Amino acid sequence: MKIVVCVKQVPDSAATVVVEDGQVTWGDSPLVINPWDEYAVEAALRLTEEHGGDVVALGLGGEDAKEALKHALAMGCSEALLISDPALAGSDTQAVSRVLAAAVQKIGDADAVVFGKQAIDSDTGVTPAMVARLLDWPALTLVSSISLADGLVKADRAMEEGRQQVEAKLPIVLSIVKDYGEPRYPSFMGIRKASRAEIPLWGLSDVGIDAPASVVTWPEVFAPPVREITNEIIEGGSPEEIAAKLADKIMEEKVL
Amino acid sequence: MANKVWVFVDQFKGEALTASWEVVAVGRKLADELGSGVTAVVIGGSVEALAAPSFHYGADEVVAAEDASLEDYRAGAYASVLSKAAGEAGAEVILFPTTTRGRELAGMVAIDLNTGVLVDVTKLGLEDGELLATRPVYAGKLLSKVKCAAKPQVVTLRGRAFEKPEADESRSGTVTKVDAVVAEDAIKTKVTGYEADDGGVSLLDTSVIISGGRGVSNNTKMDPPGELTEDSEIEVWKAQQGFKLIGDLADLLGGAVGASRAAVDSDYIPYAAQVGQTGKLVSPDLYIAAGISGAIQHLAGMRSSKVIVAINKDVDAPIFKYARFGVVGDLYDILPPLTAALKERLGK
Ligand SMILES: Cc1cc2nc3c(=O)[nH]c(=O)nc-3n(C[C@H](O)[C@H](O)[C@H](O)COP(=O)(O)OP(=O)(O)OC[C@H]3O[C@@H](n4cnc5c(N)ncnc54)[C@H](O)[C@@H]3O)c2cc1C
Ligand SMILES: Nc1ncnc2c1ncn2[C@@H]1O[C@H](COP(=O)(O)O)[C@@H](O)[C@H]1O
Repeated sequence: MKIVVCVKQVPDSAATVVVEDGQVTWGDSPLVINPWDEYAVEAALRLTEEHGGDVVALGLGGEDAKEALKHALAMGCSEALLISDPALAGSDTQAVSRVLAAAVQKIGDADAVVFGKQAIDSDTGVTPAMVARLLDWPALTLVSSISLADGLVKADRAMEEGRQQVEAKLPIVLSIVKDYGEPRYPSFMGIRKASRAEIPLWGLSDVGIDAPASVVTWPEVFAPPVREITNEIIEGGSPEEIAAKLADKIMEEKVL
Repeated sequence: MANKVWVFVDQFKGEALTASWEVVAVGRKLADELGSGVTAVVIGGSVEALAAPSFHYGADEVVAAEDASLEDYRAGAYASVLSKAAGEAGAEVILFPTTTRGRELAGMVAIDLNTGVLVDVTKLGLEDGELLATRPVYAGKLLSKVKCAAKPQVVTLRGRAFEKPEADESRSGTVTKVDAVVAEDAIKTKVTGYEADDGGVSLLDTSVIISGGRGVSNNTKMDPPGELTEDSEIEVWKAQQGFKLIGDLADLLGGAVGASRAAVDSDYIPYAAQVGQTGKLVSPDLYIAAGISGAIQHLAGMRSSKVIVAINKDVDAPIFKYARFGVVGDLYDILPPLTAALKERLGK
């Protein structure tokens, strides 16, 4: 089978992200594969290990957005592909979804497209649903376990209330949550292979579409208002006395 | 004239999620400013009972789609109902709660109606007659103003970010029934089963959260049962004793139990309890962190809580900088008397 896994490059989750002169920056923090997408890569790899086939890692971003794809290659994906085009600067989620869906069709013969749950920079989490709708494929999102037999995918989905057991036929769109299982670390050989890999760059003409119009704009990004917190350490006396003081303080805040 | 503001009422087995009513109330306010009305959409096997509360919270009209094929939530079939009804009525704004279903449906409806989506919005208003929203990005490290130039404007609202809605039981309205759009045999997914979670209080739905971290396993005072020999088993056993103390306090306060990633990764507690950048983003009125150091990824998920209390052995733990109240001490010493003291003060 052939699986496309979508991976985004984002600032490391430990980065201190700030706005300087209207620009979002994260200092020297590295750009990494979106942590949720590591689960997606893991799920795609396990599916092909079990059923045969190849995994293509697909990214969309600036020309420097190759680190995330290299990580996916190092984990074991057989190919990677970066879509980068100046016309895509400032694209909204809907536009990104249209390009990703078109790229999946251009790559051709995919049995599944696998996504992370959410990108930790833009925090939208709607790309999988949008791509599924565009491809007119079934969407099994927020999936924590997958089994496949005779072209039928059975999966558990995580919802607020519990787990929904669902099934659908290939081709299919999946998004993976952490309960699926820990993503593997890249092997030494994998890292060597990835560091030598030439990642092809596709412009929109290679995808075969015009730049989709973006309709969502973000006129201003700013730091959340600093909350004035008075830190008060409760101390003195036995644990019981401290606990009693703390209980009084909590009651005074009128949050219970 | 058709209503300009549409709202999706998210329900499970006939019961609406609280966040749905918050969204109906926001829709009401917006509609008043736009000089229009609110249509609430309910979809399911048997959901007409949700019409009355929809009116109470501010809807003028309820569009109800009831069909055996809609009994189980299936994104594609639900999205088609919404897109058809809201599209034909010329809705200008469609609001969803940011629930797992709301988020997914918003994305699909936006594609169907050729527009964009503003996700997980925490503030919404009109500026020069146009919708202007604010939403957290980078896990709340920054905020972003966002706009959508196309109509309808599809928006999902974060739970508990807006005013608590008030029901006005004297309100009523009209119910319009609509049919399912996709026939059963054309629906691409099947739901074959369902397993409820253990039924504890949901982190996203509560005003009080008590969380435990790696420190919860650091219990020097209790001896594990003799049959446990593996270090990892003993560690988990100890942590579970600590999470019992946390659970006692949560039960007393009607709150939920949360955890750091370290606690989840060490198998002290299931992932559903994880708070933080790669867990749940929460904002309760009271957040008590016990044995949690306050890593940036954890803070990202809970920093906007109204009152934060930290209990930690290490005076230098970063969590203290974000805490209104801190206790430098052992959580095993502090939690039991804290629960007892609060019990007394609450007269329970
Ligand atoms: C990509 C990525 C995503 C992440 N996402 C998340 C996330 O969503 N949520 C999250 O929480 N973390 C997340 N992390 C992990 C985060 O970086 C920290 O490792 C984690 O939050 C630490 O958990 P902790 O505070 O419980 O453990 P520690 O940092 O080990 O802290 C334990 C604390 O307990 C105290 N302690 C020990 N014993 C006691 C006692 N008996 N009584 C009182 N205090 C005691 C110690 O002083 C210490 O401060 C993420 C990391 C990465 C790389
Ligand atoms: N620019 C991108 N390139 C590749 N994959 C992406 C991109 N943006 C989003 N995705 C995928 O879509 C998922 C959800 O992203 P989002 O909807 O932006 O939160 C991510 O986890 C990725 O799998």
